[in-house]
Order: sequence, then structure tokens, then C-alpha cells
Amino acid sequence: MNGFLNFLISFPTLLHSGIIFGTVIMYGALGEIITEKSGNLNLGVPGIMYLGGIAGLASTFFYENIYCVNNGVQPSAFLCIVMALVAAFLASALGALIYSFLTITLRTNQNVTGLTLTIFGSGIGNFFGGSLNKLAGGVGQINTLVTSASFRAYPAKLVNALDKVTEKLHFGLGTLLFSYGFLTFVAIALAIFLWYFFTKTRTGLSLRAVGENTGTADAAGINVTAFKYLATCIGGGISGIGGLYYVMNYIGGTWENQGTIEALGWLAVALVIFATWKPLRSIWGSYLFGVLYWAYFYIPGLTRSSQEIFKMIPYIVTIFVLLMVSMRRKKEDQPPASLGLPYFREER
Amino acid sequence: MEKALELKNITKHFGSLIANDHIGLTLYKGEILSLLGENGSGKTTLMNMISGIYYPDEGQIFVDGKEVEIKSPKDAFDLHIGMIHQHFKLVDVFTAAENIVLGLEGEKGKLDKKAVHAAVKEIADRYGFEIDPNKKIYDMSVSEKQTVEIVKVLYRGANILILDEPTAVLTPQETNKLFAVMRNMKQDGKAIIIITHKLHEVLDVSDRVVVLRKGKYIGDVETKNASQQSLTDMMVGRAVSLNIDRPHYENQRDTLLVEHLTVRDKEGVKKLDDVTFTARGGEILGIAGIAGSGQRELLESIAGLQHLEEGSKITYINPEGKHIDVNGMDPLDIINNNILLSFVPEDRFGMGLVGGMDITKNVMLRTYRRGASPVLDRKYPLDLSNKIVNDLEVMTPDVNKTPIRKLSGGNVQKVLVGREIECHPTVLMTAYAVRGLDINTSYTIYNLLTEQKMQGVAVIYVGEDLDVLLELCDRLLVLCGGKVSGIVDARKITKEEVGLMMTKVGGGA
Repeated sequence: MNGFLNFLISFPTLLHSGIIFGTVIMYGALGEIITEKSGNLNLGVPGIMYLGGIAGLASTFFYENIYCVNNGVQPSAFLCIVMALVAAFLASALGALIYSFLTITLRTNQNVTGLTLTIFGSGIGNFFGGSLNKLAGGVGQINTLVTSASFRAYPAKLVNALDKVTEKLHFGLGTLLFSYGFLTFVAIALAIFLWYFFTKTRTGLSLRAVGENTGTADAAGINVTAFKYLATCIGGGISGIGGLYYVMNYIGGTWENQGTIEALGWLAVALVIFATWKPLRSIWGSYLFGVLYWAYFYIPGLTRSSQEIFKMIPYIVTIFVLLMVSMRRKKEDQPPASLGLPYFREER
Repeated sequence: MEKALELKNITKHFGSLIANDHIGLTLYKGEILSLLGENGSGKTTLMNMISGIYYPDEGQIFVDGKEVEIKSPKDAFDLHIGMIHQHFKLVDVFTAAENIVLGLEGEKGKLDKKAVHAAVKEIADRYGFEIDPNKKIYDMSVSEKQTVEIVKVLYRGANILILDEPTAVLTPQETNKLFAVMRNMKQDGKAIIIITHKLHEVLDVSDRVVVLRKGKYIGDVETKNASQQSLTDMMVGRAVSLNIDRPHYENQRDTLLVEHLTVRDKEGVKKLDDVTFTARGGEILGIAGIAGSGQRELLESIAGLQHLEEGSKITYINPEGKHIDVNGMDPLDIINNNILLSFVPEDRFGMGLVGGMDITKNVMLRTYRRGASPVLDRKYPLDLSNKIVNDLEVMTPDVNKTPIRKLSGGNVQKVLVGREIECHPTVLMTAYAVRGLDINTSYTIYNLLTEQKMQGVAVIYVGEDLDVLLELCDRLLVLCGGKVSGIVDARKITKEEVGLMMTKVGGGA
């Protein structure tokens, strides 16, 4: 009973970690939802997140630790943020462009191409991560302090004030609600925007039609190839922001090559299924995944090996959702009908 | 009359095949033109070039007297050309309204549902459609889906409408409704091209008929000067007998008893409800019904591919008169019990044949269990394949190299039917055996089935063309929503009566 009470008291802290963790995979999943709505199943999400992470880190590392140090100037927080975002987005979109060219133009198998992209991305990420380590003077020595701090900055006054209000309840409302970097809120806004885009706009309708029934979209005068390229590249770019968020917000502006990004990438793919391709569901879905992932930390009496079993919960929940969805067969919860299929217009 | 559309010297190749060979065609405003031709005569290819799906290799297209280039479906819309495809181009999870506006650029990015609904209603009222803009496509019947397709092209301001086999899946009543709408559109000055294989419909609805044969333009006739016979002769290029021979087989005997057959689908919905009938050797039993009324489940139940509900009973009576209980058997049990059952399924490549394998290997699928040797016997299926190819005039480069998927639909069907007949069945079931086949091949199949009947085989023929069902079959079982609406003598009933039975159990009489 006492254990349960402790768990209850520590729940806000757990939720807090869950939200930070969840935001990484929410970006990954939102990007992948856009991609899959165009009928492209990009299993390269983990690789793309690696690309986003390393590009964001490398660009700001050179700016902060080499350019600014050599010239003796203070790094500008604004420049750091813009540079990291642009680099991460472009590198990831470029990764997705490779995938697009192979699957849309050359019509290669989407699964194989996606998996290859994952291997490619993690290779690139870890290769340059290692090189940066060397430049920085050793493993774990990379430090992009200014960038990381700017990404993690939050309105401290507001947080403190709100924390005071709930002091007696043994948790900080301000900490729980607002002590996150701005990208955390951008993710929520993005999810809401995507919901609006998919359901209320003509362009969103066209995009969904491409993924549902490519031949129909084509016959309706929609430029199928352009939609697929754009959706996949923009989706890739957004997934890549997840990698950047991991590097800057989650591990504080350094590089580690234990394969965590890859694990998170697969969780993002799982989240797409969990959310049944709906952006709004991915908001709470991602936080739920985060809470489930960190739950082991707050459950007393777990050994190292039993912790690992707890870390599996998000995947088990996904399998369960997949089962439920396929058993209920509700049309609106099914994957886009043309997902994974190449499209040839003049096929007879 | 004013020309709406003119084609000159249109040519299209697919590899070495010439699908359209210098075709010229004129369509006038306020006219319904029938485009007639056998399968592979290039009708759909020609229409696809007008609607921007294909691009011609040679030739010119004029719309309203001006030469145009149609490079994509969008170009076609911009020229006010709309095509209603044989396979509907609709997104299942979208509503009717969403499908109708799909791909259109509005003034605003946001979709104004109210305005769309109003516009759809206006079109529906003008031409006499019934349509619910909020209904999802997956909840719709075939005829409702077709309505959405037509409203979709009208919404885009189409003045030239092309309908590719619009009546293939409709009941006679629905067809009449469609024709009424088409006549309204004609009154409104629209130009309409309709492709259909059913000659009586051509004579009923069109003003003029253009005939294609093997990719070439054969000629055009005013409908009022044409008859079924004259059109067929033009289409085939020689005189063809249009009568289906229906001889009577004297020694009929009960072969298959189906009693209280009930089948549910995965959601627990009854697809067949207490179906009872007897199939007799020496007769063709036709199964009529709106698509999805349980035809597929019925045949699959007999073939051992469905789970039957409690109380269902299927009994096979072998030529020696022994009763064998078939329910609960899977296809292998059926073979092992020496029940001579052949099944030509609706889904030729899904259930009947393996598309990537050649004719001989596909035949081998039915013969490889012969003999005791562990090594495959290749000679027997090869001989059999040659026999099928020769007897049924299958057009194929070879029997043991070309994957069967590369053959045309008619040839694929001949191989499938030929193989099943060569198994010497006592019960032969066919589902939509002539779907997508031209007149000539269809008649070959009808003759084959009649031949089987005259050898004492119990033939079960699931069909969609009521005219054929009434001419070919001895008895007709009409399904309506999984129930037997009636079992009638095909010689003594009219098409309209059957049509009513299809939509209401007992025909409302």
C-alpha cells in the first residue's frame, strides 16, 4: 500500500519524464504519419532521426566550439537554434529524398528501402558522431552548451509561481505543465495543425486520397508524384526534428552511440500504428509511451533484468492495439489502403 | 449538329501490340454514342486517351473544334471531359461529397462542405439522381457508387461524358434509372459515349453506334437502322449465331442437395440464410442476384471453403447413388472422397490460377496428385494443356513458358474453364464465368457449359447478365440478401420479374 502511495506521489515526475521522452517519438511519428498518408511506408524513420540528430549537433558544434572559440565571440542563442533546426530538417529531408527517389521514381520495394535507410542513417550518425568526439577530445566530450540550453529554456518565473500554488500537494504544477523546451509545445501545435490539415483542407484531402487510392487520386487530376515526394520529404524532415530533440533536450547536446535513437525510431513507427494514423491521438499516445517506458524507474524492487521487461510495454501495447484495430475492422482506423504499394499509371 | 469531340488518326502501341490503329471518331453535342467492340478491340484504350490516362503515339484530338493535347486527367477535366471508369475511381473511406470535390482547387484552402452539398444537390435535382453527400463510399451499393462517379464528373462541369460498361453491375431497374438520367443529360446538350457489351442496351439508349475491331475503326451506324445481328456481325467481322442453344437432357438426376445452408461472415452477419435447393445432373442451375447477395459464399460453401452454421447440410450423391455428407469437409477431403467437383471461382488469379506460372504448371495444380511416383509427372499436364489450347482456341505464344498473367482475360478464362472440365466433374460451379469477356468468347463458354450439361453434369452458373441467365439456364435460383427469393423455371419467367425478385424476397408479388 505504501509502495502504491509512493508511486502516486511520484507520478507527476514520471509524467514529466514521459512527456520529454514522448516528444522525441511524437516528432518521429508525426513525420511518419504525413509520409504514410501519401502511401509511402518509410521504415527509415530511425535512420532519419539519426541524420537529424547528427546534423543538428554537428552544425552547432562547429559554430559554438570552433567558429566562436576561434573568433572569440559569444555564440548567439538564436543562431544556434535556427542553425540546428535547419540543419536537422534538411539532412533528414535529404535522407527521405533518397528514399523517395528509390521508391517513387525507381519503384523499389518500400520495406527494403526503408530498412536500408535506417542502417545508412545510423551508420552516418555514428560515424560523424565518432569524428566529432575525436575533435572534441574524447568520447562524451562533445558539448554544445549554448544550443542545448537554448533548446531547453523555459519560462522559469511562471513555472515557479505555479509550483508555489500546488506546493502543499507535493508536486509542481508549473514544472509539470511548462518546464519544457519550446519544441515540446511546437510538437503539440504541429499535431493539431496536421489534424486540421488532413481533415479540413483540400490539400489534405488530396494527400489522403493519394495514400488511400493512388489511381483515383491520379484520375482526379492530383499530381501524385509531387504529393508523394513532398509528403515523404517534409515528413522525413519532421521525423528528423525528433532526433534533434533527443540530442539537445534529452541528452543535453552531446552524442552517444548506444543505439537509443534507433530504439526510439522504432517506437515512433509503433506509435503511428498506435495512433491509427491520427495526429491528435499521437499526442497522448506518445506521452503514454513515455510513461510506460519510464514506469520501471518508479516501481520499487525491480532488478536490471526485470526493468527490461517493463521497457517492452510500449511495444506490447502497440501489438495489442494492432490486434484490436484489425479485429474491429473500423474503416477509419485502418492504414491508408495503398500503403506500401508502388504506383504505375500505364500498367495494363 | 455541333461537334463536341473529334479524333483523327489516333494510334497507340503497347510494346509490339497496336491497341488503336489510326482511329477517327466524331461525337456531336446532345448525342449518346455507343462504342462497340469485342474485348481487346481497343475501346477502353481509346477512351483512356480522351480522359488523359494514356497519351496517344500519333493523331489529333479536337474539342469544340479546337485541337487540344490531353496529357493528364487534369487536362481532360479542364476541357470538360469526364470518364466514369468500369472500376470506380472512388476513395472508400471518404464521403460522397469528399470524393466529388477531390483534386479540385477551391477559392480557399479550407473545404466548404455546405457549398459542396448545395452544389451536389442542385446537380442531383437537375438530372434526377438520388445521392446522400455525407454517406461513406464503403457503405454504398454499386449503383450508389456509380451515381457518385457521375455526379463527380458533372460537378467538374463535364460536357463530354464517357461511361465504360456502366451497366455491367446494375439490376435492370437500376439500368433503366441510369438510362433515364443519361437521356436527361442528353436533353441538356451533353455529349455521351457509352461502352457496353449488351446489345439490347445499345439499341435502347444510343443514337449512333461506332464499332471497333482489333484496334481498327470499322464504321458507324444510326441506331435506328441497326439490329443486334447486324451489330454483332460488324463487331466480329463475320456472321455469328446469337442464339444460345438450350437442349433438354432426359436423364436428370439429383446430384447435390443443399439444405438450410446458413453462413456468417467474420462480423457475424448472415451472408446466407437458410438456403435450400437441389442441383440436378443434366441441367444448368443459374444463380441470379445483386452483387454480394451471397453468391460467392454459396459456391465456396459447396467447395468446402466456408464455415457452415449449425443445421446446414450439403449432400453429394455420386453416380452410383451413394449419399456423401459434404459439410465439414475441406477441399482436400472432397478430393480424397472422390467427389468430382469443379469450381471456376470469381477471382481468377486469387483462387483459380497462379498468375506467374505458365499454362502447364497451372494445369498441373489439378493433376499433380495422380500416380504414385514422388517425381512430378510433366507429360500428362503438358498433353492436357495442348489439348485445352487446341480445343478452346486459346491464343498463347506457348504452353510452358509464358506466365498466364500475360494472356488476355478471355484466354485466361478459357484455360481455367478448360482445366476444370478436363477433371471430368459431376458438379461444375462457375462464378461470373464470362465477366469481362467479349461476345465470341462468352459464347464459347456458354457452349462448353451446355456440352457439360448434356453429359449429365450438374452445372451451377452464377451470372450477372439476366438476358444470358434466362437463355442459358434451365432453372434459376434468385438470391436476395442471402435468402432464396425464389427458384423458377428460366423458360417461363421475364427479366423484370427476376429483377424484382433480386431486390425483394419473393418479388413482392
